[in-house]
Amino acid sequence: MDPKRTFLSWPVVRQVRAGDLLARGPAVTSEKTRSLQPRTATADRVVQSVCPYCAVGCGQRVFVKDERVVQIEGDPDSPVSRGRLCPKGSASEQLVNSPGRQTKVLYRRPHGTSWEPLDRETAIDMIVDRFIESRRNGWQDTDEHGRPLRRTMGIASLGGATLDNEENYLIKKLFTAAGAIQIENQARI
Amino acid sequence: MQDLANADCIIIQGSNMAECHPVGYQWVTEARLKGAKVIHIDPRFTRTSATADKHVPIRAGSDVVFLGALINHILANDLYFKEYVVAYTNAATIVGNEFKDTEDLDGLFSGYDEELGNYDPSSWAYATEGEGPDASPGTIGGPAAGHEHGHSKSERSAGDEHGSGGPALEHARVKRDETLQDPHTVFQILKRHYARYTPEMVADVCGVSVDDFHYVARALTENSGRDRTSAFCYAVGWTQHTLGAQFIRTAAIIQLLLGNMGRPGGGIMALRGHASIQGSTDIPTLYNILPGYLAMPMVGNHDTWDDYVAAIANKAQKGFWANADAYAVSLLKAWWGDAATKENNWAYDYLPRLSGAHGTYQTTMAMKDGEVEGYFLLGQNPAVGSAHGRMQRLALAELKWLVVRDLNMIESATFWKDAPEIATGELETEKIGTEVFFLPPASHVEKAGSFTQTQRLLQWRHKAVNPPGDCQSELGFFFELGKRIRERLADSDDPRDRPLLDLTWDYPLNEDGEISGEAVLQEINGRHLSGERAGELADMYTDLKADGSTSSGCWIYSGVYAKGVNRAANRKPGREQSPVAQEWGWAWPDNRRILYNRASADPEGKPWSERKKYVWWDEENQTWTGLDTPDFVKTTAPSYRPEPGTGGPAGLAGDDPFVMMADGKGWLFAPKGMLDGPLPTHYEPQESPVQNPLYRQQSNPARRVFPRKDNLWSPSGTAPGSEVYPFVFTTYRLTEHHTAGGMSRWLPYLAELQPEFFCEVSPELAEERGLVNGGWATIVSARSAIEARVLVTERMTPLVISGRTLHQVGLPYHWGVGKEALVSGDSANDLLGVALDPNVQIQESKAGSCDIQPGRRPEGEALLRLVHEYQSRAGVTVETSNQLKTTEDGT
Ligand code: SF4
Repeated sequence: MDPKRTFLSWPVVRQVRAGDLLARGPAVTSEKTRSLQPRTATADRVVQSVCPYCAVGCGQRVFVKDERVVQIEGDPDSPVSRGRLCPKGSASEQLVNSPGRQTKVLYRRPHGTSWEPLDRETAIDMIVDRFIESRRNGWQDTDEHGRPLRRTMGIASLGGATLDNEENYLIKKLFTAAGAIQIENQARI
Repeated sequence: MQDLANADCIIIQGSNMAECHPVGYQWVTEARLKGAKVIHIDPRFTRTSATADKHVPIRAGSDVVFLGALINHILANDLYFKEYVVAYTNAATIVGNEFKDTEDLDGLFSGYDEELGNYDPSSWAYATEGEGPDASPGTIGGPAAGHEHGHSKSERSAGDEHGSGGPALEHARVKRDETLQDPHTVFQILKRHYARYTPEMVADVCGVSVDDFHYVARALTENSGRDRTSAFCYAVGWTQHTLGAQFIRTAAIIQLLLGNMGRPGGGIMALRGHASIQGSTDIPTLYNILPGYLAMPMVGNHDTWDDYVAAIANKAQKGFWANADAYAVSLLKAWWGDAATKENNWAYDYLPRLSGAHGTYQTTMAMKDGEVEGYFLLGQNPAVGSAHGRMQRLALAELKWLVVRDLNMIESATFWKDAPEIATGELETEKIGTEVFFLPPASHVEKAGSFTQTQRLLQWRHKAVNPPGDCQSELGFFFELGKRIRERLADSDDPRDRPLLDLTWDYPLNEDGEISGEAVLQEINGRHLSGERAGELADMYTDLKADGSTSSGCWIYSGVYAKGVNRAANRKPGREQSPVAQEWGWAWPDNRRILYNRASADPEGKPWSERKKYVWWDEENQTWTGLDTPDFVKTTAPSYRPEPGTGGPAGLAGDDPFVMMADGKGWLFAPKGMLDGPLPTHYEPQESPVQNPLYRQQSNPARRVFPRKDNLWSPSGTAPGSEVYPFVFTTYRLTEHHTAGGMSRWLPYLAELQPEFFCEVSPELAEERGLVNGGWATIVSARSAIEARVLVTERMTPLVISGRTLHQVGLPYHWGVGKEALVSGDSANDLLGVALDPNVQIQESKAGSCDIQPGRRPEGEALLRLVHEYQSRAGVTVETSNQLKTTEDGT
């Protein structure tokens, strides 16, 4: 008989000894589970952040190990959320690490039937070309009464409301200077 | 949000807070544990209802009747907070005698312009004292205060400008009758306007029993006054209507009458849906406003700098908006630096001009009509998330080029291969000429920056790791795009390129070689450019000047970087500070957590009660003080009375708590600013199976409609054909998904929690239509037909409206047709058409008409045939339900 498998290791006895009457706690934890440590305990650093979903703005703690996000949890310091996160906020580690996330630039040519790879620098240059051309094509100097308009109707934009303030600021600033006025956001919707 | 814990009664209407703002809801729970009454008024029974003291089912789109009846109840039974109402609101103010109410004109106010389908609001203006040199016009808020027709205001969505203050008035010398007896006082007008909004009317129009109405009325009024305060919470259940802004106005009237504004546990909590949607309006990526709610110039109204400055604010009006010229000059200095000079009016002519409405829906239609070449989608999925999905997708197919920046391969990026219109034969991949660039962005932990959440609180996120692969922040992308555009145009001598070339665009890089978000936030905060403090960051918006000596990219955010400290990053733990928690993040303006909090003290400056004390006048030190930053001129004593005619902050009397309003008062009646009437009035949604029982005017006469073949509506009310679409549908969100699913349908956890599109129907409707729980249903509107799994549930209550049973169908809108997400399905937004609120150009997506039948929808061309068959059976044409004025024929 295995010397470790004594009477004291019988499941029911283990439950009673450990005060784990429902057999969901230490009485049934495996050796493997006992040797595990939470990812939050082994992280190299913890960074304070904010949930990117709804506008409650729950505080988040982002746990980083080996330059990878390993877990995101509620920040107990936040007076707004007091450490809590809802299912979306709790799932946000998957927003960062989900295998379905796109990390490469892709290109679909006009009338094309599939994506093609494209390097980012080329993509941005191509967008610059199109931006300048469409800006010119849609340009309106004045209205029918000769009053100044100084704008282009060739370019539009629609942003989500997970953009940072600083990002919205640069977008509005650049587009306005370019004369593009059809700049919109989820905030209209 | 935390302040909700101080409320004695909370009414949640137009929101399912427990499921859509779950963590915020803890403060409602906390209030309830302390004894507060919580009431949920909503078409559906949800987790919010389950945890409230009472759920009151209501017909979607009928809220103004319910709230209007509360106003009537408060006035008729003398339940308003008298001292507060007389001193702090415009109840005593006298309105000019040209004003005619909807009670006089069968659902229209005076000034309706049939040709343009909008109001000329000049007859809604206040009467003025007949003294003083400029009192000649006889009214203020009228022509002399800048005559702008409601049509042009609606075109530029002027309602959005009131995100930080009220509209301009010529001056503030109004006539008042503090006994409230004069028939032209706002108070008496209000009484007459709502007299027919009775509990019986509520029963008839909203489907709410008279007993339930009285339960709510009692709870609300018993929990308001000196010692007690009540709060309202709403979300897009109020905004997404052709009358949306007026829903909120009705709540504001109630809260002013009960004295619940500017006080702890009071107010109206706008529960916004996205991490920085508040920020996206403060620093808008919106067509009609500039940062800080300054108007985008409109051709014909703002052709010159002088026109513009005169229109945004008047020096003779009271309060802080009188200084709007300083905010505008500081913005232009931030953008164009040394190129913005006094001589060139601070480069005002570098700003493009609006000539009409250019909101996202107008743009979509222009795109579909081939007028837009290029489109950027920045974390947004209109193919699924915007109203009228079909129109959205067909519009994308007309573009020359499209840039999609998203974490996941969303339907708006793949429409060219898997849009539902490919299945119906309307689109063919090889024939779609749109060139698509997909660029992956950095996630929220891969960049540093600030979000502004729903309480105007800016919270800084620190960067945790570098973005993978090609991923790049929007900040980085747009900085780079701007740099390259400027390089490309560097040699241009075309005057149209000057604004781009003169733009301040030299941002420092941080240690990761990325543009520094802190530097951008500093520019937003603003700086002293000359004088003694040259080079220093601004402390607050009161530092800003109209002489070009300061800059600020968004005046309301001025102070977030005061003294060189990023206050959005303040992180003193909540448990180590007072519940107001001013050392966590930074709230605009001036780190103030409750707006208009001067109203938390009585006219003499003493707290209304010990229990509700918040901000008060410290007689000894001659200053305002309290638990929060006082929202008042710090040293203006309660007894202070300015010389008549004094403008600006000095014009505020010691008892004018509404410091951003042109007369210092809370507006029960809006003489200006609202484009569809000075008082909220009930109108039916654009599409409704119910006839408006209050007026012959069926729907909002100022709403924006788009009569087009691709945007048809079912007949409304008693019009023939309305029985073809006999049910009301309403769309909503679930806890486990986020809007169009771009951030949730690709995540294994969330996709597994809510895998499939479903519709909620009552057992009675299921019985009537033969729908089986877990089976399929096809839902048909005048635009489209979609299929969903059926959830038969008592959470949906059939309502009796005007003597007839009316069923409502609930539809979560997170799914879309495509091949890339972990879970897909038909999109509820495909059922919607495009009709907009005139004030803010937001679509009506919370109430529409539909039919529902058991079984799956047909595929391919047969789907189009089904939709057409319904349309022809109902006799739908382009004109159907699009007539704006219906007082003559009652249709
Ligand atoms: S965790 Fe949930 S409640 Fe909190 S901000 Fe995120 S989505 Fe909103």
